[in-house]
Amino acid sequence: MDQFYGYGIYAISLLTVGGMYAILTLGLNLQWGFAGLFNAGIAGFFAVGAYVTAILTKPEAPEHLGGYGLPMAPAIAVAMLVAAAIAWAIGRICIRLRSDYLAIATIGIAEILRLILKNETWATNGPRGISSIPRAFEYLPDPWDKLAFMALVLVTVLVIYLALEKAWRSPWGRVMTAIRDSEDAARAAGKDVESFRLQAFVLGSALMALGGAYYGQYTKYFGPDSSDPASVTFLVWVMLIAGGSANNRGAVLGAFLLWTIWSGTQIVTGWLPREISLFGVAIPDVPVRAAYLRIFLIGLVLQVVLQRYSKGILPETRPAVLGRRITRGPEPGRQG
Amino acid sequence: MATDADAALTVEGLKKHYGGVRAVDGVTFSIRKGSITGLIGPNGAGKTTTFNMIAGAEAPTAGRISFMGRDITGLPTHQLFHLGIVRTFQLPKEFAKLTALENLMAAAPDQPGEDILMNWLAPSRVRAREEEVLARAEETLKFLGLAHVRDVPAGNLSGGQKKLLELGRTMMTDAKLVLLDEPGAGVNPTLMNRIAEMIRTLNRDRGYTFCIIEHDMDLIASLCDPVIVLAEGRVLTQGSMAEVSRDARVIDAYFGGELA
Repeated sequence: MDQFYGYGIYAISLLTVGGMYAILTLGLNLQWGFAGLFNAGIAGFFAVGAYVTAILTKPEAPEHLGGYGLPMAPAIAVAMLVAAAIAWAIGRICIRLRSDYLAIATIGIAEILRLILKNETWATNGPRGISSIPRAFEYLPDPWDKLAFMALVLVTVLVIYLALEKAWRSPWGRVMTAIRDSEDAARAAGKDVESFRLQAFVLGSALMALGGAYYGQYTKYFGPDSSDPASVTFLVWVMLIAGGSANNRGAVLGAFLLWTIWSGTQIVTGWLPREISLFGVAIPDVPVRAAYLRIFLIGLVLQVVLQRYSKGILPETRPAVLGRRITRGPEPGRQG
Repeated sequence: MATDADAALTVEGLKKHYGGVRAVDGVTFSIRKGSITGLIGPNGAGKTTTFNMIAGAEAPTAGRISFMGRDITGLPTHQLFHLGIVRTFQLPKEFAKLTALENLMAAAPDQPGEDILMNWLAPSRVRAREEEVLARAEETLKFLGLAHVRDVPAGNLSGGQKKLLELGRTMMTDAKLVLLDEPGAGVNPTLMNRIAEMIRTLNRDRGYTFCIIEHDMDLIASLCDPVIVLAEGRVLTQGSMAEVSRDARVIDAYFGGELA
């Protein structure tokens, strides 16, 4: 019985965190998949969401800014607005940059955000981070608290998915595709290219903050190491590319799939013996070493997926005009 | 020269310098409402640069451009579109992944569905406008003779079909001035005649004013009156094709000093 309880709790945690990653991946899909914006600073917006929510919802604490005791929903809304405002300010300056330069700029900005959050000790408690972050539904008895929180995350994923899918099938989605196809022609057709890009950048960043807000609540702790680029930015990128860029379903699929692999391998490394001997050579600290192999494994998964599905498992498709079925010609090949 | 009242577009003292290179060096002309005006000149005369400045793709170094009496100098392309100035490109720039139909639909103005929020808040308004845009796009496809490739991604169309699609983009809005950059380049003679016929129809039935850059003198002669000749960044002369082709300076500009 205890064992089944353990499996159940694990499944709930898998779906909860997988759902958070799905929110992040949907945000990145909005930026990269739809608008072609290379955001390499996902971890920065994620951290802003977590910190702002934590500070606004926690009771007074001597070691960091707080004591606002705001309810969950308005605190998350403020966190998303803060991330949106930061994205807007960055976007106003950087959105005209070509994708590779935008990537460099966003890496830099995420790093600046991380250093601010790490060093402004009066607000964030510095390297020690913020603990005892209130979580939604934690007053419910175990395991209902975890189930309710999982349901909250999954319902959020569903709502975001439906909203983005609606947008993708609309004239807005058509303009986004048009801009990626030919910026000049989009301008000649009266579209304000910068404004469309800025929208996608701001909305996507707000979603990343939402993912961070949930993550901070879930772990009840958030510090500078919680937004490690390897486990946030890198993993979310792999999720989107493997699942299928410019496909909302692909983004969600990639998030849950990669998270299952990432989390599952963590358990497997825990099972490994402390020391093994290979061809007579003793290798100590196997579980510790194996933990680093997981990043390698994620890269390998991406390679394998892209060998088999060059555009991700669920590639980009164009929705029919007004939902009416048509027989489309073949996809255009690459042209100069 | 046309008076201000019947000028669709007036260009005064337009200059574009790239460092020491004077690509356009004080060009002044006006385009009469309802005309099909040709812009010709040898390579390097500054035609395309002038065109790009009118279309908002490049900012002039000096000078003034006004449209229907309004100063439009330096306005970006997408704003000019909404004022009724629509351009095409010499090398067609299509939305490769969108179908021919969607390429036209994407060029329609005033679409509430292009505002992401409207799709969530007022889906019925979005849908109603989308139906109108669809009807207009279908009509335009028929006019262009592209109905059979309606659902083909534009990246797979032939060069000529892409050229037609460029023209079609101007028909999705109530364009007042259409800037055509070499509509005849890379097009076979049959299609060229069809394009010329469409230009005449749009000029006559919809009252479009055209400004055309073209190297094909037969096309210019059959379509355009007046013709403005540019050379070395300035206006050399203007008039009917018959007049300018008799002008010794024009022949000189095209063939250079050796033949003159």
